[in-house]
Amino acid sequence: MGAQIMFYILAIIILVFSFLAVTSSKVMRATMYLLFTLIATGGLYFLIDYNFMASVQLIVYAGGIVALIIFAVMLTEKIEAKIALPDKTKMIFAGLLSIVGSIVTIYILLSHPFKESSNDIGQTVSVIGENLLNYGEGGFVLPFELVSILLLASLIAAIVIAKRKFDN
Amino acid sequence: MIQGVGITHVLIVSTLMFFIGIYGFLTRKNLITILIAIELILNSVAINFIVINKYLFPEKINGQIFSLFIIAVAAAEVAIAIAVVIDFYRINKSIDVEHGETMKY
Repeated sequence: MGAQIMFYILAIIILVFSFLAVTSSKVMRATMYLLFTLIATGGLYFLIDYNFMASVQLIVYAGGIVALIIFAVMLTEKIEAKIALPDKTKMIFAGLLSIVGSIVTIYILLSHPFKESSNDIGQTVSVIGENLLNYGEGGFVLPFELVSILLLASLIAAIVIAKRKFDN
Repeated sequence: MIQGVGITHVLIVSTLMFFIGIYGFLTRKNLITILIAIELILNSVAINFIVINKYLFPEKINGQIFSLFIIAVAAAEVAIAIAVVIDFYRINKSIDVEHGETMKY
């Protein structure tokens, strides 16, 4: 019962703040609403007992990505500056598209019979680590290495792009 | 799994979050707010992977690994995107997409 109430509170926080994040007219506030959404998602992961994923979510998403976005906001705009609202027709068409899309997806979700598994075993962090470095059958060492190369490449690319010099 | 909450409830939350992200992506003009909408979309996909892993295949681990990769890709994407945004601001003195007709030197 307690977990149920907690889930609905987290769901309301996620939906309300993600809606505010895409409609707020101040960029800094939109970033803060994104932060609340990501923290509530971390709470959802704690609720379904995936503690490692929840801590990764809080550290990388809520800690790292939001801090980067805040730096970008502070380097580019005045914090109190208001951004222009989109045109009415664009809002109506995008809203219609989103509403129709979510209705179709929710209809499919409700009509699909999910076979929920009854056993409720928890996974420890060591299992995730062993799977990431496992090069046998069903192991994930290749995508792990690819992600490490991707992170290195993006690090170098970010430095190269942001440090470009202009002659004029 | 969460006691008393079925998988469809969690998936409905992530679906709504995904389409809110789509709405923001289509309506926003400011580059940073477009980035925020993309983060919402990626986060809802990660929720889907985690929840399906937990509810349908709790003895497996693939969903968690894939959402780890999604988070890593999102971090890399944000790093690049913010470098591009800062460069864009230096060229155009604004970060609205409509001021960026040319992306060349």
